[in-house]
Amino acid sequence: MTKYAIIGNSVAAVGAIEAIRSVDAEGSITVVANEPYHVYSRPLISEYLAGETTVERMAYRPADFYEKNGVEAILGVAAAGIDFDKKSIALEDGQSVEYDKLLLATGGKPFVPPIVGLDHQDIFTFTGLADAMKLDEAIDRVKDFVVIGGGLIGLKCAESLHKRGVKVTVVELADRVMAAVLDVDAGRIVEKSLARKGIDVVTGDTVEEILGEGGSITGVRLKSEKELPCQAVVIAIGVAPNVELVKDSPVKVGRGILVDDMMGTSVPDVYAAGDVAEGRDVLMGVTRILPIWPNAYMQGRAAGMAMTGSPRGFAGGLSMNSIELFGTPLINVGITDPRDESFEILTRSEGDHLYRKVVLRDGRLVGAIVVGEIDRAGILTGLIRDGVDVSDFKEELLRSDFGHIDLPADVRERRLFAL
Amino acid sequence: MYTLLQPDFRIKRDEERCIRCGVCVRQCAFDVHSVDTDDGSIRSDESKCVACQRCETLCPTRALTLEENYHVANENYNWTGGVLKNIWKQAETGGVLLTGMGNPRPYRIYWDHLVLNASQVTNPSIDPLREPMELRTYLGSKPDSVEVVKENGSLKLKTKLAPQLRLDAPFLFSAMSLGAIGYNVQEAMARAATEMGIYWNTGEGGLHKDLYKYGKNTIVQVASGRFGVYKDYLDAAAAVEIKIGQGAKPGIGGHLPGEKVGDLVSMTRMIPAGTDALSPAPHHDIYSIEDLSQLIYSLKEATEYTKPVSVKIAAVHNVAAIASGIVRAGADIVAIDGIRGGTGAAPTMIRDNVGIPIELAIAAVDQRLRDEGIRNRASILAAGGFRSSADIIKAIALGADAVYLGTAALVAMGCHVCQKCYTGKCNWGIATQDPYLERRLNPDIAAERLSNLIHAWSHEIMEMLGGMGINAIESLRGNRLHLRGVGLSKTELDILGVRHAGAS
Amino acid sequence: MKRIYAIESVCMNCQLCAVFCATGHSRSKDIIKAHNREKVLPRLFVEEKRPVSFAVQCRHCDEPFCVQSCITGALTKSLEGPVVYAEEKCVGCWTCVAACPYGAIRRDVDRKKIAKCDLCAELTEPACVANCPNQALVYEERGS
Ligand SMILES: Cc1cc2nc3c(=O)[nH]c(=O)nc-3n(C[C@H](O)[C@H](O)[C@H](O)COP(=O)(O)OP(=O)(O)OC[C@H]3O[C@@H](n4cnc5c(N)ncnc54)[C@H](O)[C@@H]3O)c2cc1C
Repeated sequence: MTKYAIIGNSVAAVGAIEAIRSVDAEGSITVVANEPYHVYSRPLISEYLAGETTVERMAYRPADFYEKNGVEAILGVAAAGIDFDKKSIALEDGQSVEYDKLLLATGGKPFVPPIVGLDHQDIFTFTGLADAMKLDEAIDRVKDFVVIGGGLIGLKCAESLHKRGVKVTVVELADRVMAAVLDVDAGRIVEKSLARKGIDVVTGDTVEEILGEGGSITGVRLKSEKELPCQAVVIAIGVAPNVELVKDSPVKVGRGILVDDMMGTSVPDVYAAGDVAEGRDVLMGVTRILPIWPNAYMQGRAAGMAMTGSPRGFAGGLSMNSIELFGTPLINVGITDPRDESFEILTRSEGDHLYRKVVLRDGRLVGAIVVGEIDRAGILTGLIRDGVDVSDFKEELLRSDFGHIDLPADVRERRLFAL
Repeated sequence: MYTLLQPDFRIKRDEERCIRCGVCVRQCAFDVHSVDTDDGSIRSDESKCVACQRCETLCPTRALTLEENYHVANENYNWTGGVLKNIWKQAETGGVLLTGMGNPRPYRIYWDHLVLNASQVTNPSIDPLREPMELRTYLGSKPDSVEVVKENGSLKLKTKLAPQLRLDAPFLFSAMSLGAIGYNVQEAMARAATEMGIYWNTGEGGLHKDLYKYGKNTIVQVASGRFGVYKDYLDAAAAVEIKIGQGAKPGIGGHLPGEKVGDLVSMTRMIPAGTDALSPAPHHDIYSIEDLSQLIYSLKEATEYTKPVSVKIAAVHNVAAIASGIVRAGADIVAIDGIRGGTGAAPTMIRDNVGIPIELAIAAVDQRLRDEGIRNRASILAAGGFRSSADIIKAIALGADAVYLGTAALVAMGCHVCQKCYTGKCNWGIATQDPYLERRLNPDIAAERLSNLIHAWSHEIMEMLGGMGINAIESLRGNRLHLRGVGLSKTELDILGVRHAGAS
Repeated sequence: MKRIYAIESVCMNCQLCAVFCATGHSRSKDIIKAHNREKVLPRLFVEEKRPVSFAVQCRHCDEPFCVQSCITGALTKSLEGPVVYAEEKCVGCWTCVAACPYGAIRRDVDRKKIAKCDLCAELTEPACVANCPNQALVYEERGS
């Protein structure tokens, strides 16, 4: 009987548990997490903050999930260290957990830059339920927020705060919001939709100092010397992989824990998945961290399969986000803003509500941005994932109603009815 | 001023019921319905409506009703609304009026004036569910006499019989060419014929390679245009039919416009795509019975005397004498198409005014061949507007061997008889080559519907035969004593060879 | 498992599949109310580029990208095969829309929910298949 241990209790863990149980009903599974909650949907903390959902409704799996899957869940207790020789995890409360197969699914932690004035009250991060609860509490006291970071998390946070009726200003260092996944044009559309709702966005600038008196914040000073009055700051400039546990261990770390296509680390029987892992990107041919939910599940699943001894492998991560801000839906997939001349780029836009961009490399679709009419954008994702040659109908890809019907009949038949 | 024609039909849309699903818009090839982009409502332009009823039938909420557009036209018995409209149209266009399907004019339909007999007391009727009942029919030349010999104690037929078509029921699907109808329709007929043990006829447009596998149940036509005629075509078939004429347009040829000659039609007809397919009015090599005989025997030679050869003519005034000549020319089957026979396209005036009713033609031909002692030498196939099993059994009692079903088969497959076949825009996917419309005819469903119809009619015929105390269709053939006329003149009764009802 | 397959050679673009899908998923189950009052969305897409058309429904994948991508747990793969959708859990993030290679998931924008084929679980045959006038949709087991 195999002893499985998983550190982390989020989506990668769930992916692994579900995979393990699809093959192995016998082995014991122990989950350890420092967060005290039943497994929840981390992305929903913004809905929680906006007052649109409750902790109960945020449950990612039903309340009986651990029980049904025969999982011993040790929640609210951090893992303090791992003895890879003895195959034992030491917990912060003195317990230990033995394992045959270990999955590291510790996710990410908010990255906090060295800003002057971090010792004030009402400085928040926004990556977990606890963060959302703290912010929720602060809203009654605070009229003006500054959110540092105009990435997906920062904007979701800003939107939620706005919905709660406080004034929000977003400060982003790059020349546009969501710079990591969008190009300038799409970024502008998002900025405009925020501006329409009264959220100020400052780009190409950053916070150098948090100003305040007696522990309370009075404002921030930007690199441009401009000052913005506020009573609270949310730092949302990104997450860094949570690799503390494997520091100075034989587990190899690049930016995240390096994994192969089976999610195995450099140490036998030790696997990693999710935001903590640095795995192969299906398009870029390099390893990188892809801190998105679907990737965490799929990696978790691949790891789980490998841990049971029936590896299926993982085709590689694919960058993909869907976000809707104030009614403007937006999807990005794959490589969206290449600088290299070898890519072919086609775009189509209509005003501030519609934008479509496809990126081709050697006749194959490798990336897309779809703003507005996103309904069938998944078809593009499928073409990207499968490396389909689209050169014969590339112009069609720009149509909002692009569909299987635009594919050659034999290709479409194969793609639609393979199952 | 120019004519402003009133629409023939009126479309009523119940706005309460309309869910704006747009099925009417998408299904009408005549572009009657359109979406009003301002408010999403649907509008209908009745002037384009042909009353095919496609929209009405597919509307899921029954929001649409089609009506005749009754309006004062100052019509009278002579100058009917239709006549006036035709003149207005022609005054505008200078063109020949075109139409499709069979003659709609109220010439007497003799089937409706003929009644069947049944057994009462003196000879018992037969229940076809309990007792054997034979609908099997053989088409082909029968010998003048047969010689039977005894061999090792059992009887053997010594006479060598001419090739025969064996039918499990006395029906065939009429000649309707690829071009006039779509490929799917032919496939459906071929499959149904195969399943039901009967035959279908390619018409004059050749036989698509993919349908060769149904050859055992296929009659191929050789018409004046000789489209698609070559060795494999003749070899694939069970019988060959020389088409001289067609009931809907006796004396004139055919014209399939180039826009209907796409790849499939072009390949099957063996003509360049996009060119008009012209069937001359006469066969340019036939000016006499002797010429016809040459073609009959050429085809027999080409098929090594293994297949019956049929000659199809339109029923015209001296049909009996012509039929006699055809039989003497060597035909194994004479097919006669009456004035109500259908077409994919014909000049209206010809369809509506040329030819004679099939009932009179059957009686006249059967009688003439009997009188000349050559009735056995050929089978008689009747065609032209058969609507029910009752029409068919009456035709057989009058003297036909079997009956061609054209319109009835199309109706079974969905035709709503709007008579716009010639436009190529058949909304039921039948008389069209348009790939958007053609797919509306699912050959799986259509084949099943045809088989159902044949099954139903066969059963009805058995019931009627049983009622007459007859257990084989063979015994009814030409047995006019089983018919009586109702409301017919003496002349009509004489030609039909039928006594008036009440006469014993 | 049994799946819905479109037969494009006989799909006549009437789109009654969509009409009956919406009706079947309405509260009233009344075709007129479903469309004119409830404004129910069909859970399938009819693709159309004349002369070709066909309906696309959720394929109920063996390894469903939508389920693996769903951030709330609203989409799950059941043991029997269908991809099951729990509407109350959906927040309308549209991640599944981005993930589904079939483009089979529709957004119900007003309600911020998705709409996708559930194979009409309570019927013996999905409404789209049962009401296709030309047998251009079939519900059958083909291998996997
Ligand atoms: C506000 C927000 C919105 C987001 N929105 C989206 C979105 O819309 N779409 C999308 O695709 N992605 C989104 N993401 C990203 C997504 O949430 C992550 O990719 C995903 O949560 C990663 O899952 P994971 O299982 O790798 O780890 P995480 O979810 O980061 O979970 C890590 C787990 O490890 C535990 N842990 C860490 N260290 C220890 C330790 N030492 N001992 C014990 N336990 C430990 C934690 O308690 C936690 O349970 C969002 C993230 C945030 C914060």
